[in-house]
Amino acid sequence: MSQAQAEVAEKKNEEWEPNILVIACNWCTYQAADMAGSLRYSYPPTCKVVRVPCSGRVEPEFVIEALLNGADGVLIGGCHPGDCHYKEGNYKALRRFEWLKKIVEELGIEPERVRLEWIAGSEGLKFAEVMKEFDATIRKLGPNPLKKV
Amino acid sequence: MSNDEKPRIGVYICHCGENIAGAVDVKAVAEFAKTLPDVVVVRDYLFMCSDPGQELIKQDIRDGLVNRVVVAACTPRTHEPIFRKACEDAGLNKYYFEMANIRDQCSWAHWHEKEKATEKAKAIVAAAVAKARLLEPLEDRYIELTKEVMVIGGGIAGIFAALDLANAGFKVHLVEKSPSIGGNMAKLDKTFPTNDCSACILTPLMVEVANHPNINLLTYSEVESVEGSVGNFKVKVRKKQTYVDWDKCTGCGACLDVCPPKARVPDEFNEGMSLRGAIYIPFPQAVPKKAVVDMDACIKCGGRDFSGKEPRLSKSGKPILAPCEKVCPTGAADRTPYRDPNGELVELNVGAIIVATGYKVMDKHHFKEFAPEHPNVITAMQMERLISATGPSEGKLIKPSEIPKLLEAKKKGEKVEVEKPHTITFISCVGSRDNRYHTYCSRVCCMYMLKQAMILKEKYPDLDIYIFFIDVRTPGKDFDEYYMRCRQLGIKIIKGRAGGIQPLPDDRLLVKGYDAEIGKPVEVVTDIAVLATAIEPNPTLKELARTLGINVGAEGFLKERHTKLYPVDTMTEGIFIAGCAQGPKDIPDSVAQAKAAAASAMSLLDPGKMTVEPLISEVNKEKCTGCGICVPLCPYGAISLVECEDGKKKSEINPALCKGCGVCTAACPSKAITLHGFTYDQVLAQIKTIARWPEIPAE
Repeated sequence: MSQAQAEVAEKKNEEWEPNILVIACNWCTYQAADMAGSLRYSYPPTCKVVRVPCSGRVEPEFVIEALLNGADGVLIGGCHPGDCHYKEGNYKALRRFEWLKKIVEELGIEPERVRLEWIAGSEGLKFAEVMKEFDATIRKLGPNPLKKV
Repeated sequence: MSNDEKPRIGVYICHCGENIAGAVDVKAVAEFAKTLPDVVVVRDYLFMCSDPGQELIKQDIRDGLVNRVVVAACTPRTHEPIFRKACEDAGLNKYYFEMANIRDQCSWAHWHEKEKATEKAKAIVAAAVAKARLLEPLEDRYIELTKEVMVIGGGIAGIFAALDLANAGFKVHLVEKSPSIGGNMAKLDKTFPTNDCSACILTPLMVEVANHPNINLLTYSEVESVEGSVGNFKVKVRKKQTYVDWDKCTGCGACLDVCPPKARVPDEFNEGMSLRGAIYIPFPQAVPKKAVVDMDACIKCGGRDFSGKEPRLSKSGKPILAPCEKVCPTGAADRTPYRDPNGELVELNVGAIIVATGYKVMDKHHFKEFAPEHPNVITAMQMERLISATGPSEGKLIKPSEIPKLLEAKKKGEKVEVEKPHTITFISCVGSRDNRYHTYCSRVCCMYMLKQAMILKEKYPDLDIYIFFIDVRTPGKDFDEYYMRCRQLGIKIIKGRAGGIQPLPDDRLLVKGYDAEIGKPVEVVTDIAVLATAIEPNPTLKELARTLGINVGAEGFLKERHTKLYPVDTMTEGIFIAGCAQGPKDIPDSVAQAKAAAASAMSLLDPGKMTVEPLISEVNKEKCTGCGICVPLCPYGAISLVECEDGKKKSEINPALCKGCGVCTAACPSKAITLHGFTYDQVLAQIKTIARWPEIPAE
């Protein structure tokens, strides 16, 4: 890469803002996201939430489709183990996630782009911290390699 | 309105005063929304949830302009029901509604990044519109409600909740884990701000509970499992083994004194300042006044262990009995019949549950800096017992280190000289407002320290009383007047933190502190030091919350649905909370909350039936291959394989049992299961919209 090209790439990277999808369960992580807002804990606006009743509702396909359609990172948020509103949906999410990570790797995507987090309804601060950290991780990785140019 | 009519979406954007408009350019979002597919109307308004705001939506529906509604405002967790109702009132199926959360999850969180917040708000609105295009009309379901309520915890909050419900004609099951109701309030001597005696105002209520025809009192019992949901909870309660026949026990107390010294353990009611036998009645005014045997303490005198054995015979041929059964005049303490150590399981059917499990105070042994091993360093709850007429010294103020001597003499019927204190020092915020333990304020300590100081000073005017405060917090009704009365009595208030206690060789204590008003360290030599230790949730509360499926907050107290608007509701419908289980509070607040919880349970159950959201899963029999993967996944056992007309086995979901988690929907390999409200197409449309942002997918 010539120096000029590198400069262009770097400039492009500076302008680039990640696009992060958060799939949040209604009872814990979605509530934590609300809590983060009401307590004015700020986090990067790159993170956008889609609500589902339970992390157990998340089909691995949802995550794959998000990546294929250009999301730079996908985070699934559920209740802490043992605290699932539907008893054990989060355990189902965990099992699917382990498997999902392998698929993501096989697609040639860094597995760090997908993440599973337990964030309770009272953990507004944790929600903001996790979002900051995930945003930083994705910035380090750069744009989703599958993103259609 | 037919289902296949083309969507005509109205997008309504709320300013929420400045809450949204302060960070999000509402007009720019509105302009953007107009470009989204199927959007026909876009309006913005100062407060969308207000009456004129809702009217904007209703008018557009009535005019036939829109047949799908998207409101971009706050969180659906609080406002979705309000807007759904507005749609329904205007004649639109209320499930043709979707909400875009641009306040809690956008403007509030990104207040200082206005441009980016506006961009994010557009993305959120676009995702909501994408879902709205695919919404389907749904019909509400109705369920029958059982007009019975379980109240967990028999302290002052549980007692009031139970009485209010019972008086309104509801059947109440009051479950208390200890042998008697009364809770922590029964331990208190007097209560602020009127100084009326705790027993005088509490015990009549306890008796009323026991005699109420609508109350089924289950003491010495614990909730083991809860199934079902609002209106129809199936509860299993474990009645612990009392080892005493309660039908025969009259509460005479003959057994209490004969229990041998080896079987004596610290008395919980006296906060460990005296001993009780293995067979005991918690306190003289207990309700029900019945004895129980604490099997961990019982030494099974004469080998009498409830295993169903006949007693051995002495040389003279007389049966060898344990002292307690020997003295029992009614045979209630008889140890010959077999008694199951697991007790008995009782099954209840209730429509609502109120959790009022109260609190415990922190143990003094956490605080090494305050010489916790010294007998004259006590907690405020121990001080409460020390000045109570039912306490170990029968209300006479003595040094706690002298209690064993006093009790020994009393047993022998002798008189004895015991040392009395001349100086008492109170230390506030022990474990509260302290980053090492609890960051919260326990809310009652300032007032009870003042109360104890006032009672002592009025009774013993020569006493020197010091109170170390970080702040004096007396914000309740008549509370500050109470504080001023204390000051006038000559109680010495030191504004500053006490840092440590050093025992002196003469058995007195040196309290080292800091007086913020003079800006210097101070030392007080005292006979008794009282630690106002923090209020904590009961240690078993977390486990109980799990059993009930309700949330606990960071500090371990139960979490209400909404701090301001739904303070006694939980995220689980039909389960309410009251008293200190929700957070530290005094008696007036506990009672107010208990009555609120009872009223909430009444208004829920009184109609006899309620509507429930139809957001549950359904199997498409044509797509189902009958693989059965979904059957064991369902946490509620709602799915079964049934034989269809063509002889093949297909899955079927019982709508009465399904809660709509969607675990089966996500797992079905043939996509035969639909979770209404969160269908595959709907969620995917939202996900794709966000993933492709800022490009808008056409389909």
